[in-house]
Amino acid sequence: MLQTKLCSISLKNPTILASGILGVTKESVNRIGKSGAGAVTLKSLCHEERQGNANPTMFGCDDVFFNAVGLPGQGIDSALKEFGRLDNLSVPVIGSIYGYRVEQFGEVAKKMASLKPAMIEVDISCPHMDYGKPYYADPELTAKVTKEVKNNSGKIPISVKLSPNVHDIKEIAHAAEKAGANAITAINTASGMVIDIEARKPILANRIGGISGPALKPIAVRCVYEVYETVKIPIIGTGGVTYGKDAIEMVMAGATAIGIGTGIYYRGIGVFKKVCDEMEIWMKKNKIKNLNEIRGVAHK
Amino acid sequence: MGNGKKSKMTHHETCRTDIPKMLEIRRVVQEGKGQKSFFFNHSIGCKPGQFVMVWLPGVDEKPMAVSYCNKKEFAFTSQSIGKFTNELDKLKKGGKIGIRGPYGNSFSLKSNACIVAGGVGLSSMSTLIDKLKNPLIIYGARSRQHLIYLKRYKNKNMIVATDDGSFGRKGFTTDVLAELLKNKKNKIKIVYTCGPEIMMKKVFEICNKHKIQCETSLERYMACGFGICGKCMINDKICCVDGPIFNSQQLSKMPEFGNFARLKSGKKVTIKEYHSVH
Repeated sequence: MLQTKLCSISLKNPTILASGILGVTKESVNRIGKSGAGAVTLKSLCHEERQGNANPTMFGCDDVFFNAVGLPGQGIDSALKEFGRLDNLSVPVIGSIYGYRVEQFGEVAKKMASLKPAMIEVDISCPHMDYGKPYYADPELTAKVTKEVKNNSGKIPISVKLSPNVHDIKEIAHAAEKAGANAITAINTASGMVIDIEARKPILANRIGGISGPALKPIAVRCVYEVYETVKIPIIGTGGVTYGKDAIEMVMAGATAIGIGTGIYYRGIGVFKKVCDEMEIWMKKNKIKNLNEIRGVAHK
Repeated sequence: MGNGKKSKMTHHETCRTDIPKMLEIRRVVQEGKGQKSFFFNHSIGCKPGQFVMVWLPGVDEKPMAVSYCNKKEFAFTSQSIGKFTNELDKLKKGGKIGIRGPYGNSFSLKSNACIVAGGVGLSSMSTLIDKLKNPLIIYGARSRQHLIYLKRYKNKNMIVATDDGSFGRKGFTTDVLAELLKNKKNKIKIVYTCGPEIMMKKVFEICNKHKIQCETSLERYMACGFGICGKCMINDKICCVDGPIFNSQQLSKMPEFGNFARLKSGKKVTIKEYHSVH
């Protein structure tokens, strides 16, 4: 009922662990696969080892979550040794990559491709890094990075992850598709801040961070809706999906697959199975046999 | 402030709070030469072996074991070993710090228990000791100045050992435990341990040899405390939510226990290298 085709990849269901949550080790990837995710995205890796920001790097409450982890990671070279290969785990793996300069995106993509992930995700949209001018905010820079990664990924499909912190997400998505992206991941976190009035300081050590969780969902649904209007390639709709009804909403906006990250904070690693079960219940009740029947239906 | 539990008012599963709450330090107790306990008038509802995340605005946020807990107040005990704990050490009564939690699972509560603690690791076990009926405590440290709670536990059944013999027996806690378990008349049914990982590994092995159940409180680099940042993985276990307490059955399936840990970057290194950084 929930089997999904994303580019050339067959998924047992459309839920995908979003990058940045848990996907640091092979054993955690396996555990999340076994708990029900259709695919797992690794935490982003770049050309060097990074420690990330000082803590607090994340906190959350009822309907909103904040983070500014600062892209910590062991670096692609160390990951090559630890992972060995990514095509023999319990679930298809998406390798998330980034670099500081355009050439580094290519260099990291090439190494990631050698691990044989099912897909490579290009993180151009993390709002915490000081890139000078952010890649995500400029269609020309987005296209440059997309081309560079595409040229270094062989036959592995690539998805470009977009940020909501832009004036017009449509022109960015269009630029990525034109430059060779096989899919779009929409969206990364929205930029925000929380100040503790007793401490008189922002809580995140980085001060500014990314908003995720249920509060992000309406922004994500709007972005997926706009991207679906603009491109023909599939969309991994990500942002605030916690329940089956959220996933159905994403599909109606135009998503092919559904990213879930912060949902783990609210419902544990079992969130993937719970979301899938809830989707099926809704589909049966509404006599929907296949998600294709409702994909993008909100546009009609 | 919260503990990740569903609120009584819940209308859906997303009712939880993990935001640091600024609390006033009500008293500071010097526990040893470089160790202090910070007390707060706040009921935190902590189970034995749980920890809180402690935020020093502008410095860092770190996990700290809850070392005193009753209906009126709680405390944690810090040992000055780095930038964060040195900044903590400067704080006085009336100062404010951010607290969230408690987090983690908890020790089982079994009778005929033996506690094996090393150094400031005893602080992670004190919420357990308070709940147990007359446990035998084997407590060790490098030297006298590294021992804590000697007054607090003066009426407890406690054997103290120091590496240099400056207090109690000269030698290691693990030697005391091994001797004790060799005596067939011992009534010990379970061993709870917290301290340097090399010590805990040894305790686990001794317990296995004598077919006695063991529970350890493990430490890994943590950022969130609620199981999503993925930094504290030990094999397929998430230390902050699946642990920090692990039993013999779990430990025997964790080859990284006693051998490897992950740096803040996520890079896997030997325990020795890990402790030289964190």
